Amino acid sequence: MNFLSIFVLIPLVMLLALWLVKGQKAIRTVMVTGSTALLAMAVYLTVAFLTDRAAGADAEMLYTASFAWFEPLHIYYSVGVDGISVAMLLLSGVIVFTGTFVSWDMCKEYFLWFTLLSLGVFGFFISVDMFTMFMFYEVALIPMYLLIGVWGTGKKEYSAMKLTLMLMGGSAFLMCGIFGIFYGAGGQTMNLVEIANHTGGAHAIKLSEQMVWFPMTFVGFGVLGALFPFHTWSPDGHASAPTAVSMLHAGVLMKLGGYGCFRIAMYLMPEATHELAWIFLILTGISVVYGAFSACVQTDLKYINAYSSVSHCGLVLFALLMINETACSGAIIQMLSHGLMTALFFALIGMIYGRTHTRDIRELSGLMRIMPFLAVGYVIAGLGNLGLPGLSGFVAEMTIFVGAFQHADTFHRVLTILACSSIVTTAVYILRMVGKILYGKCTNEHHLALTDATLVERFPVVVLICCIAAIGLAPFFVSHLVNGGVVPIVNHILAVAG
Amino acid sequence: MTNYTEFLYMHEELGLLAVILLLFVCDLLFCKDSKRGGVYNTALPVILLGILTAFNLLPLSNLPFEALGGMYHHTPMDTIVKSTLNIGTLVTFLMAHKWLARPENLVKQGEFYIVTLFTLLGMYFMISSGHFLMFFIGLELASIPMVALVSFDKYRYESAEAGAKYILLALFSSALLLYGVSLIYAATGSLYFNQIWPDASSSWLLLCGLSLFLAGMGFKISLVPFHLWTADTYEGAPTVVTGYLSVVSKGSAAFVLLVVLAKAFTFGGVKLDWQVALFWVIIASITLANLFAIRQSNLKRFMAYSAISQAGYLVLGIMGGTEPAADGSAQGMTALVFYLLVYLAANMGAFAVINVVEQNSGKLAIKDYNGLYGTNPKLAFLMTLCLFSLAGIPPFAGFFSKFFIFMAAFNAGFKVLVFIALVNTIISLYYYLLIVKAMYISKSDTPVATFKSDGYTRAALAICTAGVLLLGIAGWVYNYLDSIAKVSL
Repeated sequence: MNFLSIFVLIPLVMLLALWLVKGQKAIRTVMVTGSTALLAMAVYLTVAFLTDRAAGADAEMLYTASFAWFEPLHIYYSVGVDGISVAMLLLSGVIVFTGTFVSWDMCKEYFLWFTLLSLGVFGFFISVDMFTMFMFYEVALIPMYLLIGVWGTGKKEYSAMKLTLMLMGGSAFLMCGIFGIFYGAGGQTMNLVEIANHTGGAHAIKLSEQMVWFPMTFVGFGVLGALFPFHTWSPDGHASAPTAVSMLHAGVLMKLGGYGCFRIAMYLMPEATHELAWIFLILTGISVVYGAFSACVQTDLKYINAYSSVSHCGLVLFALLMINETACSGAIIQMLSHGLMTALFFALIGMIYGRTHTRDIRELSGLMRIMPFLAVGYVIAGLGNLGLPGLSGFVAEMTIFVGAFQHADTFHRVLTILACSSIVTTAVYILRMVGKILYGKCTNEHHLALTDATLVERFPVVVLICCIAAIGLAPFFVSHLVNGGVVPIVNHILAVAG
Repeated sequence: MTNYTEFLYMHEELGLLAVILLLFVCDLLFCKDSKRGGVYNTALPVILLGILTAFNLLPLSNLPFEALGGMYHHTPMDTIVKSTLNIGTLVTFLMAHKWLARPENLVKQGEFYIVTLFTLLGMYFMISSGHFLMFFIGLELASIPMVALVSFDKYRYESAEAGAKYILLALFSSALLLYGVSLIYAATGSLYFNQIWPDASSSWLLLCGLSLFLAGMGFKISLVPFHLWTADTYEGAPTVVTGYLSVVSKGSAAFVLLVVLAKAFTFGGVKLDWQVALFWVIIASITLANLFAIRQSNLKRFMAYSAISQAGYLVLGIMGGTEPAADGSAQGMTALVFYLLVYLAANMGAFAVINVVEQNSGKLAIKDYNGLYGTNPKLAFLMTLCLFSLAGIPPFAGFFSKFFIFMAAFNAGFKVLVFIALVNTIISLYYYLLIVKAMYISKSDTPVATFKSDGYTRAALAICTAGVLLLGIAGWVYNYLDSIAKVSL
């Protein structure tokens, strides 16, 4: 058995254990043990991966393994990782780990669905077979319905249904796209690497077919990556979800979209990517600017952050479509950075909401005095979000815009400049929000008696802040890891389409 | 000189007949005291059917053969489908136990088992037929006793009404079908599936015959626009019978349609003709049924529309290929049978829950399920698994079966059709989630009271849950079906 499969096995064991145990204490033990094991495995994988790369293992995917599953249909359970997947696994490990602590008081069924969601996420990032990948993708989507519908707040039923239907609608497009790619490439292999490199019986997909399947696949994943105009599930969904689910969803699940766009849509159909990138560049450009402006006018903390996510995730797709090394590396770093920052944001918002019972910024003020720890964490998350040097946001956005500006033509330049303007808008809504709720005099006397974060709450916040600072202070480590995965794909796209 | 050993080829049918006769005798000898219900209040029918299924599956010959001069065809896939139907019937019997133990049903419970098995026997003959006459006899044997089942609660107004509707439409569709067959005979001069060759001058006659035949089969599978009886009959029939109708009866008809089209109508332009017809029928079935399902408030009517749309997906497998592909694989047939197997587990599971809730509380409306999770968490959870499987959510088996049936149709070139069907899965997800929402999220002042299910229902639920969880992930099921589909087409 390949050791990557451990990322699927641990959640499976956790599900089984959760099913069997009784009592809050036992449930917590299972969750903490399991998520720690996942994080430890992710760290171990990163170290092992970098060591092996340094030692000269230069295959596109490392630790590959393949087991026949539905052989007549050429479906295999195939796993393998490159730099991008390792980075994503590490991110998922951190978010699941911190998410466990944030949802400390939740019941057993909640953790069952939560773990199933994690299972899907980890499985998605280790797969290199389109069917397996798609299966894990959908496994990750459906628990959201119950997690939001049962344990959410506000208009949770509406949000849960909207989110589920829109994302599953995306996956209907995606399934069509996968069939198109599979049969377009000869119907002999579902393996991504083989289809891309035309080995294992696959041949090049005709351009006329690519022109149909590329938009389908890209939109399919793009729905999850908050591509305009398919982003509307995101604000409602995030606002209604329980804290840890918002963290996991904005932090990891939305990255599935970007990852899939890059790994399946762009990597497998380079010519169509080249031809159609401009349409999606415009759409993602709108996401970036529109998301930022929408965040400015929101009054609910979670809505602000959700629109901010639309803007930042739009930036990920925007950078990927620039198709050059720098911009694409920036996109992957942005995924990491945004994942960590949004998770931190949602965790803090959840903790503040748990105390004040309101997320309306008009009713909150002067929290710095009352809960200094949470307030400081909030300021750090905010500064990271608007791209303060030394935190991860700066590294990511800098790389993206430098990469995007490398295109010399007017179209790309104009779009880049417009997208850049979102940085200013981000500063507007972040500073306004931070200033309004944290500083000044507390006007609500009920809030004066509130307490600061408990130890269990502080722990995930500290972990997330450390990770954000680590990327910000030592970006070469991350970009080295990510670059190893991005370069072959970008070169492949450029070589085929160029 | 007749060779009587040919009858031995039909050991599956003979075995079933033996079970029926045995039950007859038991009914006669032991069921004197109708108050206690005699022998049928035991697991005897279930055990006999289980033995029969095992017996059918054991000596698998991997070669197709003919008997009775080509009237009777047998292929390895037939065995699998018959065994699948057996399991469906077995689950029905398990579900029925509590319902049959009611005072008003105790007297007639013997009839229930025997009549059900007679319809099953009809389906057996229908599946293995090689001749239109044999096919029609099987079809009638499967339809007419079904009326008795539908109106089994004869003193309940709805049940009697459902029976009347069913018999009128079943007979009407049989008449259509028979007329279609006669036209086919006029055009080709033969009723053997493998001897149907069109005379160029009478191709329009064949076309008329084929359309009437398709219409007749459309009634049996309840495809739009021949579906109008479905909702009323499903609602009025006893829940157990509804489950049986929606899975076993429908599934066997869909498989038979595939077999007949594959054996008799693959030549020349005829294939294109029925493909065009089925194309629109599938779109109509899936889309309209989905739209109607959203508006239902009675769970059985809801399941009726859900079953119509599922039938559309099943027939998609027929589009997926009635002829072996270049590499010898029969993707369409494999996908259809696999879909049927998974659909059986999921739909029977859902009906088992509906039935046990109805038996214990008498509640059938969707809004009665509000708060079910609070009072009966295990049942609500199992229902959720089954609904997710019906909606095609991984890791449950429904995801795999949907993926494969779409893949088969896509491979056969029906890309637009697959896309429309995929969009429809989203609509279906919406209404399946409505039930999940009722059970988990909606609050109710009068939820279904907590109750303990009987052992028979538990066994039925266990079989269905095992199917929903394992059929997909265990890849060998599909792989095995694929290997025998190659020799069966």
